[in-house]
Amino acid sequence: MKIPATQAIMECLLEQEVDTVFGYPGGTILNVYDELYRYQGKIRHVLTAHEQGAAHAADGYARSTGKVGVCFATSGPGATNLTTGIATAYLDSSPVVFITCNVGESLLGKDAFQEVDSTGIAMPITKAAFLVRDAQTIPDVMRQAFAVAASGRPGPVLIDFLKNVTAPTEMVDYTFIPWRENRQCESIRHINASHQLKEPEVDRQDIDTLLEMIAQSQRPLLICGGGVVRGKADQQFRTFAERMDAPVAITVMGGGGFPGSHLLTTGMIGMHGSQASNVACDECDLLIAVGCRFSDRVALDPKTFAKQAKIVQIDIDRAEIDKNILTDHHIIGSARQVLEMLNEKLPQYQHPEWKERILPLRAPSVAEDSEKLTPQQVLEVIRLQAPQDAIVATDVGQHQMWAIKYLHFSYPGQLLTSGGFGTMGFGLGAALGAQMGNPDKRVIHITGDGCFRMNCHELCTVEHYGLPVISVVFNNGTLGMVRQWQNLIYGKRFSETTLDRGPDFVKLAEAYGLHGYRATNRQEMEEAFRQALSCGTGAVIDCVLDMDEMVRPMVAAGSPITKFLLTEQEASL
Amino acid sequence: MKQTISVLVENQAGVLNRITSLFSRRAFNIESLAVGVTDYPSLSRITIIVDSGNSVVEQVEKQLNKLVEVIKVRTLDEHSMIGWELMLIKVSANARTRENIMTICQIMGARVLDVTPTTMTMEIADTPVRVDDFEGMLRPFHILEVARTGIIALQKGSGKM
Repeated sequence: MKIPATQAIMECLLEQEVDTVFGYPGGTILNVYDELYRYQGKIRHVLTAHEQGAAHAADGYARSTGKVGVCFATSGPGATNLTTGIATAYLDSSPVVFITCNVGESLLGKDAFQEVDSTGIAMPITKAAFLVRDAQTIPDVMRQAFAVAASGRPGPVLIDFLKNVTAPTEMVDYTFIPWRENRQCESIRHINASHQLKEPEVDRQDIDTLLEMIAQSQRPLLICGGGVVRGKADQQFRTFAERMDAPVAITVMGGGGFPGSHLLTTGMIGMHGSQASNVACDECDLLIAVGCRFSDRVALDPKTFAKQAKIVQIDIDRAEIDKNILTDHHIIGSARQVLEMLNEKLPQYQHPEWKERILPLRAPSVAEDSEKLTPQQVLEVIRLQAPQDAIVATDVGQHQMWAIKYLHFSYPGQLLTSGGFGTMGFGLGAALGAQMGNPDKRVIHITGDGCFRMNCHELCTVEHYGLPVISVVFNNGTLGMVRQWQNLIYGKRFSETTLDRGPDFVKLAEAYGLHGYRATNRQEMEEAFRQALSCGTGAVIDCVLDMDEMVRPMVAAGSPITKFLLTEQEASL
Repeated sequence: MKQTISVLVENQAGVLNRITSLFSRRAFNIESLAVGVTDYPSLSRITIIVDSGNSVVEQVEKQLNKLVEVIKVRTLDEHSMIGWELMLIKVSANARTRENIMTICQIMGARVLDVTPTTMTMEIADTPVRVDDFEGMLRPFHILEVARTGIIALQKGSGKM
C-alpha cells in the first residue's frame, strides 16, 4: 500500500508501540508535525520549553519505563540543542530514538538557513546515525533505528530526514508490521549480521570457570553496575549476591539494581565510595563486576584497583572488556542471562569473617540534629515521607552524590541520574519524562541551585501538563562540587563558583504557576515536603544549605581507592 | 608494533568518516589507511595500519565491531598475509644520472612512468619494506615528490573474511 512518507513515519512509531514523543517543532520538521496533528489521538506529543529538555525527557522516559524514548526536533539549532541530551543518553546506555529533519536535498551542503550536519555531529554520540535521502527507505530505517537503540547494550540513535523526503507528495510502499515481527525483516537481519542485535550467546565454559573461582574465594566483592539496571537483572543479581553472601558495592549507574537497604549493601564505590566499599575493593580476593565499565570515577587508579583480587567482568558489550581495567576472567552476555546461568549452579556460600571485616565500616545513616538544615536531613525527610517506590531524578554534583548515598533505591529505573556524562540540567527534563511514563508514581527531582538554573524553564512543561513533580533544590549558593575541589585541592581559591544571585526559587515556582516552599531547618523541610506532596501541582522546595558542606568520603581522582582525602567523619579533616 | 586491520564495510557515504572519527575519538593513531570497493559493489575494504600494542588493537577491533556499517573486522597476522603498497616517486634526473636510476629500477622491479629532461617519475608496487628500500636508493638523486597508497592486504592461501 502506498501512503505519504510522513504517515509512514507515524505508522512506524505505532509499530514500535510508541505512544508518547517529546519534542519541539520548527521549519524543516513542519511536515512531520503536520502529520502528528492527524495522529493526535494515537501519539501524545509533549512540548517542552527547549530541545535539550525534550531530549532529557525522552531519556528519563526511557530509563524509567524500559521502553525506547522518542524525541523530535527541527534542523540546525534544534538538532544542536539535542546534542547534550544525546550524549547523556549515550554515556548511560539509554535507548532513545532522536528524529530530526534537515533542509531539502537541493539546499544540502549550501549552508542554508538552519542547516547543520546533524548526523555528522551525532556520529560519536550515537549507536547509529541515519541520514534519510530517499522516502522509500523510511520503513527500513525506522525499524533499524529502534532495533539498534533497544538491542544489546542500549543507546541513542539519530534519524535525520531531509525535508523533501517528508513532502506530502512523497509516497511510500508500506505495510504495518508489529515490532516483534519486523525484527525478523530482511532489513533488520541485514544489519543483524554486522551489528549483533541478538543477545550474545553466553559461553558455558566461562560460567563454569567463574563458579570455580567463586568456590576458591574467601573474600568476594560484587559490583552492581548500570548493566544490571538496563538489563533489568535486579532479581537475578539479588539471588546471586545472597547465595554468594558477599558485600555488594553499587556504582552510580547501578542504583536500583540492588536494594540500597539490603544487609549486604556497602553503598557507592570509587571517588565518593563508602569506606566499606572502597576498603572491600582493596582487600577482596575476587571482584565480580556486573555491567560496569570501571570508569575513572570507580577505578580511580587502575594500577592499584582491587590489587589483591582476581577481577571478573560480566558485560553485554565486548568492547568494555579490558578497556579500563585488565581482567582475569570475563563473561560476555546480558546481566540477566549470565546471572541466571550462574545461579542455576551456584551453591549457598557463607563468608561471616569477611562480612564482619567489611560491613561494620558502613557509616551510620541517621541524620544528626542541628539548627541549620543539612543535606542528610533533607534526604531523610524525603526518604521517610515520599512513597517507597517514588522515582528520583537528580542533576549533577553534590546533591547527586548525597541523594545516591542517603536514599535507598530498590528497583531498576527508580534512580535517574546522569552518571556517565555528568550533565547539569538533566534532572528536571528526566523527571518530567519519567512522570509522563509513570503517571501512578511520584517523581522527585533532586537538584542544586546551579543545575536548576540551567533548565528550570521546563517548570512551564511541568505546569502545563499538570505533572506533580517536586523539585528539591539543594541551594547552597555555590557550585558545590567544584567548590569542594577548590576547597580541598585548589587552596580555597573559589574561582567563579559562588552563585550569589537570583532568582528567588519560591517566587520562580509561583511565577510558573506551581507551589514554592522554603526550608531553612528540618522542621520547615518536613512541613514543606508534606505540603508539596499534597498540593496537587508541581512544586519547588528551596532548601537553604551551608555552602561548605562537603560530600564525604572523597578520594581524589587518580588516587588509590582507600587513600581518602576526606573520610566519613568531620573530625579527620 | 605495526599491525594490519582489515575491515569490510558497507560502501556508503559517511562510512569512512565514521571509522576515522572512531579512531580519533579513541585517540588511536592511524599509520596508513587505504580504501577501495570489493568484488561486491556494496562492500568496501578498508585496510588500516596502526602502530600500537596488542591491547590498543584489540580495543580498536571491538569498537569497530560496534559500528552498524561495519560487516567484519580482522587483525591480520603478519606471517599469513600479503601486504602490498604502491608508491609514485619523482626524482631529479639528467642525462648523466638517468642510467643509474634505470639500473636501480630494474633491480627493484620498478617502472618508469614519465621522463623529462630534468626529472623521472617511477612506480613501484611491493611490500612496504621494499618500497622503503627503493625510496632510500633514490634519495641521493634528490627526491622531488612521493605519493604512497598505504598498505592493502589480504590473507594468504584460501582464508578469507
